[in-house]
Amino acid sequence: MSIPYRNLMLFAGVAVLYAATAMIYGWNLTLAIVNMALIGAIMALGVNMQWGYAGLFNIGVMGFVALGGLAAVVVSMPPVPEAWAAGGMGVILGLLIGAATVIAAMMIWARMPKGRARGVLVAGVLLAGFFLFRAVFDPATAAVEAVNPAGTGYLGGMGLPVLLAWPAGGVLAAGAAWLIGKTALGLRSDYLAIATLGISEIVIAVLKNEDWLARGVKNVTGIPRPWPVPYEVALQQRPGFGDWASGLGFDPATASSIIVKLGYAGLFLVVILVIVVALELALKSPWGRMMRAIRDNEVAAAAMGKDVTARHLQVFVLGSAIVGVAGAMMTTLDGQLTPGSYQPLRFTFLVWVMVVVGGSGNNWGSVLGGLLIWWLWVMVEPLGLAVMQAVTAGMADGHWLKAHLLDSAAHMRLLTMGVLLLVVLRFSPRGLIPEK
Amino acid sequence: MDFLNGLVTFLNFVFIPGAAYGAQLALGALGVTLVYGILRFSNFAHGDTMAFGTAATILVTWGLTGLGVSFGSLPTALLALPAGIAITAALVLATDRMVYRFYRRVKAAPVVLVMVSMGVMFVMNALTRFFPGIGVNDINFADGGRFIIGVREFREMTGLQEGLAIRTTQAITLVVAAVAVALLFWFLNRTRTGKSMRAFSDNEDLALLSGINPERVVAVTWILVAALATTAGVLYGLDKSFKAFTYFQLLLPIFASAVVGGLGNPLGAIAGGFVIAFSEVTVTYAWKRVLTWWLPERWAPDSLVQLLGTDYKFAVSFAILVIVLLFRPTGIFRGKSL
Repeated sequence: MSIPYRNLMLFAGVAVLYAATAMIYGWNLTLAIVNMALIGAIMALGVNMQWGYAGLFNIGVMGFVALGGLAAVVVSMPPVPEAWAAGGMGVILGLLIGAATVIAAMMIWARMPKGRARGVLVAGVLLAGFFLFRAVFDPATAAVEAVNPAGTGYLGGMGLPVLLAWPAGGVLAAGAAWLIGKTALGLRSDYLAIATLGISEIVIAVLKNEDWLARGVKNVTGIPRPWPVPYEVALQQRPGFGDWASGLGFDPATASSIIVKLGYAGLFLVVILVIVVALELALKSPWGRMMRAIRDNEVAAAAMGKDVTARHLQVFVLGSAIVGVAGAMMTTLDGQLTPGSYQPLRFTFLVWVMVVVGGSGNNWGSVLGGLLIWWLWVMVEPLGLAVMQAVTAGMADGHWLKAHLLDSAAHMRLLTMGVLLLVVLRFSPRGLIPEK
Repeated sequence: MDFLNGLVTFLNFVFIPGAAYGAQLALGALGVTLVYGILRFSNFAHGDTMAFGTAATILVTWGLTGLGVSFGSLPTALLALPAGIAITAALVLATDRMVYRFYRRVKAAPVVLVMVSMGVMFVMNALTRFFPGIGVNDINFADGGRFIIGVREFREMTGLQEGLAIRTTQAITLVVAAVAVALLFWFLNRTRTGKSMRAFSDNEDLALLSGINPERVVAVTWILVAALATTAGVLYGLDKSFKAFTYFQLLLPIFASAVVGGLGNPLGAIAGGFVIAFSEVTVTYAWKRVLTWWLPERWAPDSLVQLLGTDYKFAVSFAILVIVLLFRPTGIFRGKSL
């Protein structure tokens, strides 16, 4: 049993990194990094399921994260009755018409004999449905967006507790993943990557442009907090809080902020534990052995009577659902949905670095990778700046090279992450905690 | 007369921009398809190879204009293009040597190579931003004459109410793309090296048996890819403007073009590029102005007649990609032959 010792040491090493950060920058900032790192770890768990269990390459993690964020808004924000009165029914009717059109076209395609008539009919149904959809949908959304555009201008949510949004985010992401998987799985492996790249760009485009849904680039702010996490102001106003905080050596504002972050961290830890335990059980079950058998030799597994494409679809949907949950958690933590902030480098590729560095195929590896890589991602910028300052210390002030080098420190993140990914893939493809 | 006015509007807003964009996509897709045909993986670093090549060309252009060199009414960037290609080729060859060659030796699965190309993409993106003066700025480096024909000149020349403007960059895009494609096909079909590349793509083992040096084929492929990527990137940058991170977003239409045409098939990549570009432009263009000219007055549309907002242009490439994957996964031209 030497391997668990090694893994414990690795986790302890990461803990030391965070503790050192706390010594230098204070607990408030460190806990903020911890919370995002925990969310990153959950995303990594989802991607690890797809890549490590099944060898599926999902390059659209960002899209599933954003769908989770959308779920947080739709579930938890209070509804806007005026907007519903103005165009809510129209929006729903429009969406139903759109769905009915697609289903009708698919049924005609499946039922009718092959031939020119089928193609013409399907195209006709799609075109007619599209114009009908636009005729119903456009005025409705315009009416919704006209209701108090500076304050709301969208339909609002369902006003339910935000904790419910976490599973809802998973369901939303799973639905999108099912659609993608249905078209792209079973074909060449690269097609899935290209298709997921596409869907993630489209999800972001929808979030940015459909103001009736989640206010687009105007952002939704003030998403309510999950159940046990208090508000800073409420904490500070509690009698005796100020004395208690100063007794511990903090000023009240910092102390309340730390308690809020600890609350989030506790919630996230519970989610991580549940997911890791479930995944470990699944991995050790016959299902897990089957998945690994399929990954290692698809032809042999198919010959044993396993439906490779169906199992791939299953694991792809499950993995995306976990990513969606993480996305909803992130939006809850931020308290706002800002579609402009979703960058593929920041979400998709960083999560991949977490999975690869942590050890693909190993759930604990993904957790470790998430904690370590997020810390690196945050700290590389100040560290890079410090290095550049040391390098340029001897140069004359105002020299163009000095200014350029200092400016470039901001781009150190990409370089570090890229080089790290390449080095690990090349020299240690099994990662920090290898698959057993 | 109304019909001619409508036609001019159509050419001005749909056909000419679509053709220029299509040529840029076609060049990009040719690079992707070459890597796929010879090295057998989808190169996700292609968008950032284009960005790197463009940034290198911009730096050389600045150097040239600093020395007082200009290319008359044409953009100076065209003079700098060969240097930009050389720099990019050096980078891409070095990448192959340091990164990809190892995975070829161990015969890694294509999906591993795809992942590696993602790491390369990261690094190239960072390298592009490290260039002095590039960073994350929005750079317009098209100098020389702006228009071949301006709107007013055209109106005075023809007496039509609608004007037709042909930008220099659009004309250059089409001409340069045509030259590049002609050179590429001449190379692949007529030269010994090109033939050995096609043989290698068709059947690797047979090609190795007949004494083709695989490392040479791979190196020549990377040089061609660097040339195509840099040319595509510079043309796109001249036509629109250059930003270090927009080239990543070109990946989706470029891959869609390559897949629609059939991965590994150069002719398909060109056709795919134009299919994607024209679909994007026609679906996101507001047809009101054209239709007002073409339809009788009573039928003139009130709305913009825009099928999708321009922000959804990704959705168009994606929809075409999905349709092709569903009904003809090997692409229009039956992929995987070079």
